[in-house]
Amino acid sequence: MSKSWEEINARIASGEAVVLTAEEFGALAADEGIKTAARKVDVVTTGTFGPMCSSGVVLNFGHSDPPIRMAKITLNDVEAYGGLAAVDTYLGVTQPSSVRGIEYGGAHVIEDLLRGRAVRLRASSPGTDCYPRTEIDTWVRLADLNQAYFFNPRNAYQNYAVAVNSTDRALHTYMGTLLPRLGNATYSSAGALSPLLNDPLYRTIGIGSRVFVAGAPGFVAWQGTQHNPDQPRDEHGVPVASAGTLAVIADLKQASAEYFAAATFTGYGTSAFVGVGVPIPVLDEDLAATLALGDADLQATVIDYGVPRRSRPSVGRVTYAQLRSGWIEIEGKKVQTGPISSLPKARAIAAELKRWVAEERFTLTPPIQRLPQPGEASIHTLEIRTEEAV
Amino acid sequence: MPRKRFDLTFPPRQATKAITYHLVKDFDLVPNILRAAIQPGQEGRMLLELTGRKEDFEAGIAFLEAEGITVSPAASDIRLDEETCVLCGLCTAVCKPHALELAFEEGVLHFDKDKCVYCEACVIACPRRAITLSF
Repeated sequence: MSKSWEEINARIASGEAVVLTAEEFGALAADEGIKTAARKVDVVTTGTFGPMCSSGVVLNFGHSDPPIRMAKITLNDVEAYGGLAAVDTYLGVTQPSSVRGIEYGGAHVIEDLLRGRAVRLRASSPGTDCYPRTEIDTWVRLADLNQAYFFNPRNAYQNYAVAVNSTDRALHTYMGTLLPRLGNATYSSAGALSPLLNDPLYRTIGIGSRVFVAGAPGFVAWQGTQHNPDQPRDEHGVPVASAGTLAVIADLKQASAEYFAAATFTGYGTSAFVGVGVPIPVLDEDLAATLALGDADLQATVIDYGVPRRSRPSVGRVTYAQLRSGWIEIEGKKVQTGPISSLPKARAIAAELKRWVAEERFTLTPPIQRLPQPGEASIHTLEIRTEEAV
Repeated sequence: MPRKRFDLTFPPRQATKAITYHLVKDFDLVPNILRAAIQPGQEGRMLLELTGRKEDFEAGIAFLEAEGITVSPAASDIRLDEETCVLCGLCTAVCKPHALELAFEEGVLHFDKDKCVYCEACVIACPRRAITLSF
């Protein structure tokens, strides 16, 4: 049994496509078998809503009179990049406020814009013959901007570590507060709903794929930063550690604060929960087999964040079903677990994307170019060296 | 033995009296101070959990009231802003008494105030700053 992209898109266009979320597809496959599920279902939708630090927006403010070439830019006292053209900028979610620190950062500015709030824009410039203005202090709303779009260099990580702390003191990390002596374990994946866990070898998700980003239709723009397809994989070909990533692009004006939320991790910094969903065509039974995998089949590696080094030691492997049960066992000890990535929101995203495909006839795009496959990428480390040693 | 939680308000002049000593010694109650904001010369507040026999409770509370302290059943002092919460569940990872539980199937964060020990770990952990303590 196999279906082509064209057949599936024709069924979407005519409103006949059968669309299920990854969880629903897993349940159907468990009841009726993978063969039947593969035949019956055209598209499976996925979703994830976790903190994704490598996210941000490209903004164009339009020109003032007289015009300014903005060199130093702040939005609600959060610095935005001043190294682009006159009134273009990039605002990253992790940039802290110069006044409020990590309690208000780039992510909070973006959330304020999404909520329709006015944001204070201040910029300065040395002034040039063509851009004579040297200072500007004004208020802008999302609707006032020419272009505003997400360009997120790394989203939707294919699996992630489970974090624990073996030291004697609490650690404040991007994985939350890790209590001493294996006092807790935090994890950050949508598991069975996670986009790249459902298509582990990037057969259907690639450059040009149409995706859901923070409530807006968008595209996979490129491989995400640190995309690493060579991580260890299980018998289904699914990575058991953080592997593939996506760079995505989408219109901020069509996005919603329902699917984007600023975050502050105490003792660490600002980040943003970004909702990402990918619709996956059920091309054949091989793909159906990985789409049907549930939390009990998917594993993550437990990492000791108490070791402050690039390579932290693994202290075991657990399934997402075990993590969701509220506790796992590590080194003979019962350890309380808690998620960072919102499962209720991931479900809402997969359900909304299902509605897009089934009702709004959101058709799918085959990859224009494939993401790097296992053996095609290499992850470099940063060596500390002198110019002479290069 | 029954265990109950009380919200105590101290008038400014009473705020330095060692009431927990008397609760233990005179009334055989086991006090557990969950939160306290007590400074000499100012109105004070204490969230106090008491464990003991029923008759000792009544005598102990009568003693507190005779001392000019207002005793009321403990109200929920932890507030969750449901509009701001994104149901990530990170608060549940740091809640050792399991007062906070995320019900994945219902998509609801449950808060059991009787289990809460007011340690504030969730307040600090919440990336949305959706959890606050009223005192």
